[in-house]
Amino acid sequence: MGVPTKLADARQPSLMDARSHDLPKPVGRINGLRIFSDRKQLWLVGFVFVIAALLFLPDFRLNLLAKYLCFAIAAIGIDLIWGYCGMLSLGQGVFFGLGAYAFGMYLKLEASGSQLPDFMIWSGLEKLPAFWEPFYNPYFAFSVAIIGPMILATILGWLLFRSRIQGVYFSIVTQALAVILVTLFIGQQPITGGTNGVTNFKTIFGLPLVDPKVQKILFLITVASLGAAYLLCRRLVNSRYGRILIALREDENRVRFLGYDPVPLKTFAFAISAGLAGLAGALFVLQVGLISPSAMGIVPSAEMVIWVAVGGRGTLIGAIIGALLVNFGKTTFSELFPEAWPYFYGLLIASVLLFPGGIIGLLRKCTDRLSTKFSGSQFGENSRTKTNSELQNIT
Amino acid sequence: MVSNILNVQELTVSFDGFLALNGLNFTMQHNELRCLVGPNGAGKTTLLDVLIGKTKADCGCLTFNGNIDLNKQPEHKLVQIGLARKFQTPSIFASLTVYENLQIAVGFRENMLEHFRKMTEKQLLKIQMVLTRIGLESKVEQQAGKLSHGEKQWLEIGMLLVQEPKLLLLDEPVAGMTKQERYKTGELLQTIAKDSSVLVVEHDMHFVRQFASKVTVLHEGQILCEGAVKDIQSDPRVVEVYTGRKQEKVLREAMALGR
Repeated sequence: MGVPTKLADARQPSLMDARSHDLPKPVGRINGLRIFSDRKQLWLVGFVFVIAALLFLPDFRLNLLAKYLCFAIAAIGIDLIWGYCGMLSLGQGVFFGLGAYAFGMYLKLEASGSQLPDFMIWSGLEKLPAFWEPFYNPYFAFSVAIIGPMILATILGWLLFRSRIQGVYFSIVTQALAVILVTLFIGQQPITGGTNGVTNFKTIFGLPLVDPKVQKILFLITVASLGAAYLLCRRLVNSRYGRILIALREDENRVRFLGYDPVPLKTFAFAISAGLAGLAGALFVLQVGLISPSAMGIVPSAEMVIWVAVGGRGTLIGAIIGALLVNFGKTTFSELFPEAWPYFYGLLIASVLLFPGGIIGLLRKCTDRLSTKFSGSQFGENSRTKTNSELQNIT
Repeated sequence: MVSNILNVQELTVSFDGFLALNGLNFTMQHNELRCLVGPNGAGKTTLLDVLIGKTKADCGCLTFNGNIDLNKQPEHKLVQIGLARKFQTPSIFASLTVYENLQIAVGFRENMLEHFRKMTEKQLLKIQMVLTRIGLESKVEQQAGKLSHGEKQWLEIGMLLVQEPKLLLLDEPVAGMTKQERYKTGELLQTIAKDSSVLVVEHDMHFVRQFASKVTVLHEGQILCEGAVKDIQSDPRVVEVYTGRKQEKVLREAMALGR
């Protein structure tokens, strides 16, 4: 710091005195029972859920659940930038799709053996395009699945945020990105598989993808990835960086006039969320066995946003719950009423309008009401937050 | 010779042909508490906006703390150089707590990696001191949006103070405050001026007379006159500018109180 710290050196007796006694206890902020505020509780619920799924779900359902878990990873990323930083990206499907294609390329090459991938033969290609070559290596493909979307998001974010494009304009640009990329992928049939995408994956590391045991391992890998993604984002939002994200959501100009450059701050969050979407896509191809442009367009991108809105914005756990419940609901609904399931989304949007806080917001409201009914004091004891102790540590 | 903290030369700002500032020359010394008054549209807020980079100057020279050129610097750089701005309406982060608001303010010179670390003891100390100064120790955990209007204003001033700026630009810091709150704010500003320079835009003449060492009257983008409060109030040009305007009553009241 090149600036003389005059104020800190101020030897005013009143200030020194203030340090020597503890701060009064904070009043207010009785949150009552916070949903899943207890970490152990949350992990226990997750653990039981996973074990139960492994033991009791038939293979087909386990596979579906794994797919939902992939979606949940992408949803966490959206919650990070939308729920905390107020950036509504309507193009997350692009990052999801890029991740899926990157890993799909490896799977396709492995399935084709020494031959050219089938769609290339149909399109009349005689030699594997040079940029496909490195995708023989699964580790390379997996890294690209995550880093590729991050690089794209960094470039796009940097350009947009530098020009101070925010709010609805940001949403429109990201949506346009989705249109552009889908058009591009469909147009380049010889190297991308066109509308059909990349299909017919058979093995990973030589192990058959359809084997129930392999499926179980993949399921566990997906669960672990989701856990890691959640932990990463939890870490981010609980740090001071997370507070700055919220501050940017509330008043970007004030943040700027407090001496922060919002461009790298926002770009970083955007890149993380793109990386998570890419990871989700890479795991998704393993569960589904194919990737086509229809998984990365406007509609899937908007669906991802709906999951977060239903679960509850700005909660992280809400994104997971939303992604699981909406997709479970979609499957169930389309099985029961095959013709009526598009109305399901209308119903969801209506419910989001009615309950803007989503499921988590609704639950919090209920418990808040309950806790104020029972005088609230017993919960107030627990909700003494770390701020006070942080401040007291130094006195 | 003591160099000036701020030198403004021939500053001109126009909005669609309207000259908000018209060749303004303005200087401020170190550790000065200066009040900026003037009728509506005189260019007071525009001057603050130009200094903090919110509005771009058409032409003119802005030098800060000796030789730092303020022109064409992005906003966040200006703050890091040592300027700080409080806006007319209290701009705080409503959904964050008082503590978190100050936490964001104190970390403004850190790089991204440091935002993931805990605050240093020095930073905590700064926050602790500022909390005492702005009298919000008992409300550290309160959501900033639920503070009273006056407390919000203090919080915003506090957010500037933890940054230890060399020059504070305050736009109507006592607007909407009760008499006691105004007095408290005035005292706070005076103690701040011991360590840094303060430029205050204020309409409340009572407040100005109580706390300002020197007053500058702006009119149509230029300085009308400058000096001690009582000289200003008896200056016929000032009275003329205010006559027939909304502020007339305010000024008369203030003058009456002054006698």
